[in-house]
Amino acid sequence: MATIAAPTHAGAADYGEQTGIWSWITTVDHKRIGTLYLWTALSFFLIGGLEAVIIRTQLMKPNMGFVSAETYNQLFTMHGTTMVFLAIMPLSAAFFNFLIPLQIGARDVAFPRLNAFSYWVYLLGGIFITVPILFQVAPDAGWFGYAPLTSPQFAPGPNIDFWVIGLQILGVSSLAAAFNFITTIINMRAPGMTLMRMPMFTWMSFVVQFLLVLAFPPITIALVFLLFDRFFGTTFYAIAAGADPLLWQHLFWVFGHPEVYILILPAFGLVSEVLPTFSKKPLFGYNVMVYSGIMIGFLGFGVWAHHMFAVGMGAIADSIFATMTMLIAIPTGVKIFNWIATLWAGEIRFTVPMKFAIALIAMFTIGGISGVMHSSAPADLQQTDTYFVVAHFHYVLFGGSIMGIFAGIYHYYPKMTGRLMSEKIGNWHFWLTFVGFNLTFFPMHFAGLLGMPRRIYQYDSGQGWDAFNLMSTYGTYLLVVATLFFVWNFVRSRKTGAIAGNDPWGAATLEWSIPSPPPEYNFAQIPEVASRYPLWDLKDPAKTAGIEHSHADSMTITDAHAVPVHEETERKTAKELGIPMPFPTAKPLFTAVGLVTMFCGLLFLRNDMFAVAMTITLTGAAMLIGGLYAWLTAPLE
Amino acid sequence: MTTSHTAAAAGHDDGHVHHHYTTTGLDHRKIAIWTFIGSECMLFASLISTYLIYKGRSIVGPFPHEAWTSETGQQFHAILDIPVTSASTFVLLMSSFAMVLALQAVQLRGTPLPANPTWWQRSQRSSQGWLLMTALLGATFLGFQAYEFTSFVHEGLTIKRNLFGSSFFTLTGFHGAHVTAGVLWLMTLLWIDRSRGLQGKNDELLVDICALYWHFVDVVWIAIFTLIYLIR
Amino acid sequence: MSHDAKHDAHGADGGAHAHPDGNKYLKVAVILTLITVVEVWAYYIPALVESPFFNPGLLIMSAVKFGIVVLFYMHLKFDHKLYRALFTGPMIIAMCTIMALLFLFGQLSIKL
Repeated sequence: MATIAAPTHAGAADYGEQTGIWSWITTVDHKRIGTLYLWTALSFFLIGGLEAVIIRTQLMKPNMGFVSAETYNQLFTMHGTTMVFLAIMPLSAAFFNFLIPLQIGARDVAFPRLNAFSYWVYLLGGIFITVPILFQVAPDAGWFGYAPLTSPQFAPGPNIDFWVIGLQILGVSSLAAAFNFITTIINMRAPGMTLMRMPMFTWMSFVVQFLLVLAFPPITIALVFLLFDRFFGTTFYAIAAGADPLLWQHLFWVFGHPEVYILILPAFGLVSEVLPTFSKKPLFGYNVMVYSGIMIGFLGFGVWAHHMFAVGMGAIADSIFATMTMLIAIPTGVKIFNWIATLWAGEIRFTVPMKFAIALIAMFTIGGISGVMHSSAPADLQQTDTYFVVAHFHYVLFGGSIMGIFAGIYHYYPKMTGRLMSEKIGNWHFWLTFVGFNLTFFPMHFAGLLGMPRRIYQYDSGQGWDAFNLMSTYGTYLLVVATLFFVWNFVRSRKTGAIAGNDPWGAATLEWSIPSPPPEYNFAQIPEVASRYPLWDLKDPAKTAGIEHSHADSMTITDAHAVPVHEETERKTAKELGIPMPFPTAKPLFTAVGLVTMFCGLLFLRNDMFAVAMTITLTGAAMLIGGLYAWLTAPLE
Repeated sequence: MTTSHTAAAAGHDDGHVHHHYTTTGLDHRKIAIWTFIGSECMLFASLISTYLIYKGRSIVGPFPHEAWTSETGQQFHAILDIPVTSASTFVLLMSSFAMVLALQAVQLRGTPLPANPTWWQRSQRSSQGWLLMTALLGATFLGFQAYEFTSFVHEGLTIKRNLFGSSFFTLTGFHGAHVTAGVLWLMTLLWIDRSRGLQGKNDELLVDICALYWHFVDVVWIAIFTLIYLIR
Repeated sequence: MSHDAKHDAHGADGGAHAHPDGNKYLKVAVILTLITVVEVWAYYIPALVESPFFNPGLLIMSAVKFGIVVLFYMHLKFDHKLYRALFTGPMIIAMCTIMALLFLFGQLSIKL
């Protein structure tokens, strides 16, 4: 890569910002917190990937004998749990954190210290739930932990305790972040940025925060019931006491279905940022894209029992949920068409982020088709609990969420680091991923319809599954190579990537108007916004001529310090500009440690180590209360 | 949602409280507490749903509204005590009234008293009094709950006993934990009021968000009282 | 959005009572107490308990109490409509979830 003479690349020190480990421990800056989420989540993604590699090696041939049944159970449980809760959700959170304030023209989120707290709780919770596998006591009842399999009678070991407590910890992190982002998006938009002028990523993220707020309480309660059954002998899932085995399933899926929309909508938002940029056209049908996102969120609460078509709910319930599931395909399909229309007649640049974004459209559509096949209750009776379902959800979660997230990473890496990732290595990453992904998961449709059940650790030959499994495993190994390219690109480009400047892509939204990486205060002057595509208005008005703008008096500048949107190239410190910055503080970390310690204490309750449990929990409580008190009484800035 | 034209100017501060520009002109913390209350709706909905799902399905007694004799001859009478719980419900309702007056007292601070004020007019300005009253009524409610729980245990209903015991104690226990947190919050506000006094918009907001939480906890009890105690 | 001139510089809740009224709250407290008394009283009238009006009646009464506390004590009637949206959405989803779960577990039958 040829060196580029200008613009010069300013680092943190140029803005008078802190550097070093302590500055990361005490940060309350949303950009740094986003970076922490990104690195941590990518690490967990690699761990989850490693678990998948071992799984696929075991399934490569009939009766492979690579791992035992119990180890296999732990592997697929942790693979699912890690990918859902420790990889995809936090990768989305990385973007929520980094991007939302920049996109709405704010200096930070509404509650910066709560933001840091969310990250630390996630990190500690992730470690808590991952470490057990090193001691072969990882959770082993699937990522969905069905009771009564997870009840003390059938799961007497500590494995499920780690799962229950770990998920509760992670739930706190997600909920706290949701309250933060809802308040931020409602209350910290720059003057002129009405809701219908917000970038699509922020809109989709807004919907996701509400899904989080409403979906996590049911699983919290489901987990509380399981915890109480395991630790205190309650009867919520105890069949002998008359409990209904479906209670867990319903409560879990009331959470679980909105959860999958939580997993996909941020990726949809990222695609909606990338496609217009590299088509040099505004997003087609912005209004409809917003409304369909809201509809998906709302309808997502009404389809959960389509995960339970085989349990015998009765014809009425089956029909209602089948119908609702088919309905929800409509707003989703609308998005696909709008994306295609965005590309249509555009001036396409096939950068790496663009490739990933287009791949999402295609792969998610395939996953959506198998999803619609599941929506028919009678058809699902054949598909459920087979590899057909595994194919479906990997197409939507990997082909959808992960592809979208990769698009986002390549697209926003320059903004975060000031340097572009290598297009050359990125192309290797993309094509190897695309081929490897399809080679891994497409054969699973066939294996599934030929009857291969989920969650089996080995299978006999002669059932017609052998070739498909072999292909899937080869595909997995290809994905390993692809991922190595990505890791190399991600790590190396920080030092050797081309300097990005404010706006390397010619994009449209506010985050591209400030330097890369942004100064700690984001905007030297809060911008005033008059359209959805403020930077295109500035640099290339022809592109947005057809979209509503108002420079009229209804948009009186209400913040005396706001100025029209402009490119900021200033390099002043916050102090020079007179911008009050929040104080860095370790109190959120301290409080998080206290909270997680309290949860750790619970682990000892089942082993009749009551005194130990109490000591640990009370120590944690003291840290939590002390930390909270110091936090709440200290000024933010 | 359109931009508010009344938003505070950015950067102006009094003391260390910086008043930043907001899109709606509302305080972040009040938006956050309402969002939190939204999530609590789903939390208690899950607990209440479970109670109602398991209603009438316990294999062994005690039961909420019927008497029962076990094979071993142990006699259980209908365990819920409506008169006592009605009293505790009334206490909690009154605590919400006290809370409203506490908030009002902080809002009235600094405004002049009318000439020849009545006792009622004067007492409406006692934020410490009403905060204390709210906390005491809340603590009284908790006392009733403690009494109820221990008497139930003596009568044979433990959290492990049957579906009714598990779902009842978990639901009301969660509610009681929320009340306890509320009482601690109130005591903290009272302490602040006693040490530096609560006055001004920021303090009104601190009391307001506590009040919203407190009223919500009361409202959940209204639902619980009807669905668990009164409906058979 | 309101351009109400009553807003002070610190952006108070739109349209809120500038001077809250203790007497109004007292009236609300009395109404809540009365409804509770009626509820408990009804519980002890066997004829009522047997009738099909008992459960719906109780549900309606408690819904009214719920609404009164939310609208007046929590001030939702008078505050910025954003808060109303933040509360109503989750309430609707919560209510629908309870009803759906009760139906799914056979505790509620829908007469078609």
